[in-house]
Amino acid sequence: MQVALFVPCFIDAYYPEVAVATLELLERLGCTVVYPENQTCCGQPLGNSGCEDDARACETLFVNNFADFDYVVSPSGSCVHHVRDHLTAVPQDARTQKVRSNTYELVEFLYDVLKVREFPWAEFPHKVGLHNSCGTLRRLGHAQPSELNLPFFSKPLELLQGVRGISFATPARPDECCGFGGTFSVGEEPVSARMGQDKVRDHCNAGAEYIVSADMSCLMHQKGCSDRLGLPLKFLHIAQVLNGVKE
Amino acid sequence: MNSRDSILAALREHAPAAKALPDVPMFDVGLPETLPQFIATFERMGGKWAGTVADIEAEIRARFPDARVVCSAVPEVAGTRRIEDVSDPRTLEDVDVGVVRAAFGVAETGSLFLSEAEYRVNALGYLPQHLVVLLDTADIEPNLHRAYQRREFHEARYAVLMSGPSATADIEGVLIRGAQGVRSLTVIAAPKV
Amino acid sequence: MSKPVDHVNIARKFIADEDHIQFHDKRLWSMRELRDKQAHGIPEWEDLRALASQIKEHTLSNLAGYLEEFERKAKANGVIVHWAADAAEHNRIVHEILSSRGVDLLVKSKSMLTEECDMRPYLEERGIEVVETDLGERIQQFDNEPPSHIVVPPIHKLARDVAEVFADHIGTDRNNADPHYLAESMRQATRPKFIRAGAGMTGCNFAVAETGTVTVCTNEGNCDLSANVPPLHIASIGIEKLIPRMSDLGVFIRLLSRSALGSPITQYTSHFSRPREGSELHYILVDNGRSKRLAMEDFWYSLKCIRCGACMNTCPVYRRSGGLSYGGVYAGPIGAIINPTFDLKKYSALPFASTLNGSCSNVCPVKINIHEQIYKWRQIVAEAGYLSFSKKMSMRFAGKLLGDPKRYRKWMGGAPQLLAKLPRAFLYNPMNAWGKQREMPEAPKQSFHEWYAENRKKENK
Repeated sequence: MQVALFVPCFIDAYYPEVAVATLELLERLGCTVVYPENQTCCGQPLGNSGCEDDARACETLFVNNFADFDYVVSPSGSCVHHVRDHLTAVPQDARTQKVRSNTYELVEFLYDVLKVREFPWAEFPHKVGLHNSCGTLRRLGHAQPSELNLPFFSKPLELLQGVRGISFATPARPDECCGFGGTFSVGEEPVSARMGQDKVRDHCNAGAEYIVSADMSCLMHQKGCSDRLGLPLKFLHIAQVLNGVKE
Repeated sequence: MNSRDSILAALREHAPAAKALPDVPMFDVGLPETLPQFIATFERMGGKWAGTVADIEAEIRARFPDARVVCSAVPEVAGTRRIEDVSDPRTLEDVDVGVVRAAFGVAETGSLFLSEAEYRVNALGYLPQHLVVLLDTADIEPNLHRAYQRREFHEARYAVLMSGPSATADIEGVLIRGAQGVRSLTVIAAPKV
Repeated sequence: MSKPVDHVNIARKFIADEDHIQFHDKRLWSMRELRDKQAHGIPEWEDLRALASQIKEHTLSNLAGYLEEFERKAKANGVIVHWAADAAEHNRIVHEILSSRGVDLLVKSKSMLTEECDMRPYLEERGIEVVETDLGERIQQFDNEPPSHIVVPPIHKLARDVAEVFADHIGTDRNNADPHYLAESMRQATRPKFIRAGAGMTGCNFAVAETGTVTVCTNEGNCDLSANVPPLHIASIGIEKLIPRMSDLGVFIRLLSRSALGSPITQYTSHFSRPREGSELHYILVDNGRSKRLAMEDFWYSLKCIRCGACMNTCPVYRRSGGLSYGGVYAGPIGAIINPTFDLKKYSALPFASTLNGSCSNVCPVKINIHEQIYKWRQIVAEAGYLSFSKKMSMRFAGKLLGDPKRYRKWMGGAPQLLAKLPRAFLYNPMNAWGKQREMPEAPKQSFHEWYAENRKKENK
């Protein structure tokens, strides 16, 4: 199966190891991974700021980079949410529609398309606090949000349960937003930072050693708060754990 | 154009595409037995369940020994003042205990249906310090869907589903009974005569 | 037009007070938890939400017809019906009713609509004393603040704050912050007002077209006192409050208090259909921008709102910024999508006071897509030119850069510059906004792009 890898701009710049883990994991699972080198960004920071006009060139580029693939996979829930639900600065022609429906976040690609449940190469003998980002939880449907009276399920939890030695610590408010929110994190700095502090304290009190998430942007924010507070938490992208990172 | 007509015209002009009105099911299959459910919810809402008593008048005296004025709207209780003699609601200000009979109850929410037919003077439900309500336990609707089918809602000028005493948690989340209305609400089980 | 609300800085001050923010967050979260318990205890909960949404959308799609039916029934029932195009007309009508009957004291229960109309000062300037009889609303009235929460108006205050307010206004002991003492003192101060008042006023939670009935949901009994003691009752009704049938109340009453406070029902669910014998009942049907909102393709869904406050309770931003930070009558997520319809410039910051997390939409009992509307309001705010100059410029720059891969890679440059450059493009604020309370990520020795070129392209060659 041929898969195009979309590496969000901040992962490219700050967290290359997450993109490498994603690439390696997909290859382990038998995918042929293509990395279109002209990629930049999905346009989310612009759309979320209300600036669809400014997002047009970026979104056009995104469509051109990925329209020829049946599967586009990215290790970032919020970027995939933007592509799927908000890639509206460009004409909604067949190519755009194709890109929007063929772009998958890594967890859902593993769970729903490859249908993989076991990661025999991976061992992670640590207590993990799972952070479902709001984008993955309430837009991409990774898990059942706690607000709804519907049966429980959690795709990322099920995947992580396929890793040897792993255990979990559940915070008191598992679905509470961590306060990153893209440009919100600087535009609304006081609230954003407070939310982040509350979030990492909640994880810490629950006894987590590692916070694991399908959204690196949330983790960048949480790690920033945790380190400033001097908490002993460590942070990993779910791709790293599933790919068998050794800690 | 007057405001009425201009509002209606604007609404007609801007109406979204017509959407269907759904039928509302009764959701009344497999519900718990009404009386235990009523008691549990009513107590959760802060009401006091007295159950069946031998002598209603004596029960009220025993529960409110300091009451000077007991205003009754039911034949079972004489009280010290008859509601039939009250014409101005403001004169109920000095009542310690009001007594009235509910038309029916609602198990799901622990509610009592009261209207002017029961009160005669509606303020009887609110101006007294305490309220005692007689309820025929044979007449409890299982849930609100069934309750709203009752003809009483269509007949009343004023109708209330009362589900506990006056309550507030507006100050630092501390629950307080008797914010403005009655301080306590007691239900006595008594069949309609 | 008024000055834009500075949500960020009001929130900053709110957060700086540790006692207040901790209480505020915990209290609201406990309401969300109680709500979950109720919602999860009803198997048909999600069906009820869907029904409520459908009933509201149906009604709004034929609102003129239902209003006419409601008016017809109400008139036949002996109710006097008035129509108000805006807040000013509403206030004029209320004043006319009161002054023509010589009323100089009005007791009222809580109504977001009369807040919206800013009715109290209007009447007070004309010599009519207005007494809010809901405890929380009375606290806010004394303190000259708008309600900071739809259901619990003074939720941002601690008991010691209330003690200060009451000491100033009803002469209680400034050093006694026992909520029981404070509430009892207010009861003693307010009860005589019900006896003396010439008129009572209520809002309306649901207006039933089929029967001409106004339904009001309260916990304190103050609505029933206001309506049943004085000889005149005025109910102010937003025109979006209509529902078609009495039986529809089954759906809405089951949802309302469970969503709001996590209780199965409010202590009092009151239905007014005809005037009490010997008294008058007036309805005022108020538009005040609602018909205009109905015309907004993306935003008319906000008219479904039943004012339960569940979106506020769950909102992680609201819990940490306080209702007053929204600067208008409506706070929280629902405020972020309603307030801009009144004054886009003034409330242009509100759609950005959100992480778009979507919890509000999930708890909404009438399924308003609140977070999607917030996203769309951002586009409207930007189009109207209300973004800050620096944000506008940085977005324009970022847009050009991200649309041109060659320029983008050149700008990215080598790894040492990454850290200094990338955030400036996206995060329009100076870097210190991030760094004030957070560490920056550590700069890796190379980007993925460079890693790929070094490790994979060679292999492929």
